[in-house]
Amino acid sequence: MNTKISILTKILLIASFGLLIYSVRVPIWQIDLNAPQYPEGLNLKIHADKLGGDVDIINGLNHYIGMKTLHEKDFIEFTILKYIIYFFAVFALIAALIGRKKIVYILFFSFVAFGVIAMIDFWRWEYNYGHDLDPHAAIIVPGMAYQPPLIGFKQLLNFGAYSVPDTGGWLFVSSGVLMLVAVIKEFKFSKK
Amino acid sequence: MKNYLLTLTVGGIALTAALQSCKPNNTNNAVTGDAPVKAYVAPGKYDEVYNFVSGGFSGQMSVYGLPSGRLFRVIPVFSVDPEKGWGYSEESKPMLNTSRGFIPWDDFHHVELSKTNGEDDGRWAFGNANNTPRIARINLRTFKTDEIIELPNSAGNHSSPFITENTEYVVAGTRFSVPPDDVNGDVPINSYKQNFKGYLSFVSVGKEKGNLEIAFQLECPGVNFDLSHTGKGPSSGWFFFSCYNTEQANTLLEVNASQRDKDFIMAVNWKKAEEYIKAGKGRKVAVKYAHNVFNDETHSATSEIKNEVTVLNVKDFSDLCYMIPCPKSPHGCDVDPSGEYIVGSGKLAALLPVFSFSKIQKAIETKAYDGMYDGIPVIKYEAALYGEVKKPGLGPLHTEFDANGNAYTSMFVSSEIVKWNIKDLKVIDRKPTFYSVGHLCVVGGDSKKPTGKYLIAYNKITKDRYLPTGPELCQSAQLFDISGEKMEMILDFPTIGEPHYAQAILANKVAPNSTKIYKIDENKHPYVTKGEKESKVIREGNKVHVYMTCVRSHFAPDNIEGIKIGDEVYFHVTNLEQDWDVPHGFAVKGAINAELLIMPGETQTFKWTPDRIGITPFYCTDFCSALHQEMQGYVRVSPASSKQALEWSIGTNLPKTIDPATK
Repeated sequence: MNTKISILTKILLIASFGLLIYSVRVPIWQIDLNAPQYPEGLNLKIHADKLGGDVDIINGLNHYIGMKTLHEKDFIEFTILKYIIYFFAVFALIAALIGRKKIVYILFFSFVAFGVIAMIDFWRWEYNYGHDLDPHAAIIVPGMAYQPPLIGFKQLLNFGAYSVPDTGGWLFVSSGVLMLVAVIKEFKFSKK
Repeated sequence: MKNYLLTLTVGGIALTAALQSCKPNNTNNAVTGDAPVKAYVAPGKYDEVYNFVSGGFSGQMSVYGLPSGRLFRVIPVFSVDPEKGWGYSEESKPMLNTSRGFIPWDDFHHVELSKTNGEDDGRWAFGNANNTPRIARINLRTFKTDEIIELPNSAGNHSSPFITENTEYVVAGTRFSVPPDDVNGDVPINSYKQNFKGYLSFVSVGKEKGNLEIAFQLECPGVNFDLSHTGKGPSSGWFFFSCYNTEQANTLLEVNASQRDKDFIMAVNWKKAEEYIKAGKGRKVAVKYAHNVFNDETHSATSEIKNEVTVLNVKDFSDLCYMIPCPKSPHGCDVDPSGEYIVGSGKLAALLPVFSFSKIQKAIETKAYDGMYDGIPVIKYEAALYGEVKKPGLGPLHTEFDANGNAYTSMFVSSEIVKWNIKDLKVIDRKPTFYSVGHLCVVGGDSKKPTGKYLIAYNKITKDRYLPTGPELCQSAQLFDISGEKMEMILDFPTIGEPHYAQAILANKVAPNSTKIYKIDENKHPYVTKGEKESKVIREGNKVHVYMTCVRSHFAPDNIEGIKIGDEVYFHVTNLEQDWDVPHGFAVKGAINAELLIMPGETQTFKWTPDRIGITPFYCTDFCSALHQEMQGYVRVSPASSKQALEWSIGTNLPKTIDPATK
């Protein structure tokens, strides 16, 4: 059985390396908020290592309903996420250099696992952010929680929240797709 | 016989009907066709044009959108404005300082927008104070008055604040000639001819920041300088001033200043004047005037009294000024976009003379003079004249221009706007205004590039135009669509105070630069408080300084004790917000003062002298959030002899437990 990978797979893996390295430099996720009073919209940009966009304004508004203010230092994710992405980037590069199918499979499945864990972590954070409310908040709507949607649209009181991957997120997904293509290609090839 | 009677009756009715139809235009037939659609700007849509309109005796400048005629903002310029705390906050008081002290009002006649290459650049608007001569510069990023300079040797600053092609100078001609400030003015009034002088001030404008400085003044014969406009293109480097009362009357000007068949437009070669000043030919004159500047970093104004100006006496130089005869007390003095034609509007004349700059130059070369007026050569009327518009209307006042070689002149007496062609001097169209139009304005209409399709007439009388409001009625602007051959009236809108000159500019030259907030990090106010933790109260003798913050929706501190009768309390309130459109207001019960209105990132100071013992509440006056009505606080005022220590807090209720909302 052939354990060596094809040139195409190598190219795909090196491309994944590039996409992942770049994804750290641009926002990964974004949450858009729109309300009648904010026709221009408020935007939360989540990078691998920091928060961007209208963080202060969003913090200011959220204090009415008792949501915690967002601070980068409260999130271990902002410290380690970057390095995890670098790790996978380097892993992809090494997989390309070594050229063993097995390593490519390990890379792909661990990458997918990481993606799933990351989304679960994101959901968990969103849940806490939306549910852990100050009992002394000025505005308490019985039964209301403010968990933003994991992906897609959700109305939260007067704000419509729209949560989607940003450039970095799409780069991350794309590198996953490239790895998937590589895996399928190698898998079929080895069967022949 | 019966037939005869019938004929007579029918004839009578017909005659009456015919006479009725001869009645002048009135409200009923003024608007036609699709006018309502043309002036309609749907809710949520932006206007195409900003219109900056002088407020006359209100001392303010108002900002309208066109074509809707919607009022956006009223900017205090030469006036206090309790709504904005302007002239009431400690920071803004110096803006209204003069060599005579604080003056809360003036009569603001003309708006001129800054120009680059003769085109409106949307950076600043300038305004004139007519009564106590001053010039103001209004910042079109913040829509706030940034600078005011007083003008010595002047009275009735009317032919102002017109500016040169690249905003090198703002000029200011005196309407009242008076004895200069450095001589004894205690002279008989009827010694006008020998003792009274007309001063023209050239105020330089800094290229980057717009800083004003009186570069030089020209001492001219004592007449009434009325209006002015810059030359441009070929006439760049020249300025034209209309003047009346060349009879030099000092009483009953109505009659005595209307004697001469022709008064003058004075052409000033300011480039030459600049050269003479550079060559040190000017005379330093001791005067006293205030120069007030608002700084957006310290959020404070400073007022400095200055003591000297440089004066050139135009009589001493043969090539500085020339008089051009202009029929009957000229008012408007307007230069067309090409810079070649100068239109003088003799307000008592039955024709409209158009002068040619190239002919004026030739007349100067060949000395085609008609004697001298008080030491200034008078150019022969025919030698300067391009031609006359015959029978333009009654009482021509002002002329503006479009991009297609047409001019538009306002007619006060016959209440109409007259459109005519500059080249052939033929009247093209005339439309009635309601009523007694004064100034008019075309978008970019005094620049090298008129852009708009709109003309606005600013009227003095509005009887029957609006619902009555007692004896005093609003004044009014009327909007015309001038995109076609014929002008079409499309809208009436009321104005603030009396609108004199106004200018209009395409919105996209101004709107994108509008300031949204002041960055709190860049706030250099000496009493700024950059966070609630820094808030404090400090006593310096009987002066108490409160370093206070405000943010939705509380002040810090909001409980202050230990203030005593005899104290002067200064609330230095910093708005910590960093979001657009979140100002906070600040008002104190019983304070002999207005309110503060503090923009995001700004610090303003409210002076309060408590006059009675007890509890004094203060609160936020500008609805800021759902909890605005909770945004309040208390000051405890004790007797002068009280031992109550100075204490301040936020979130500490009695008994002292931490308020969870602010932990």
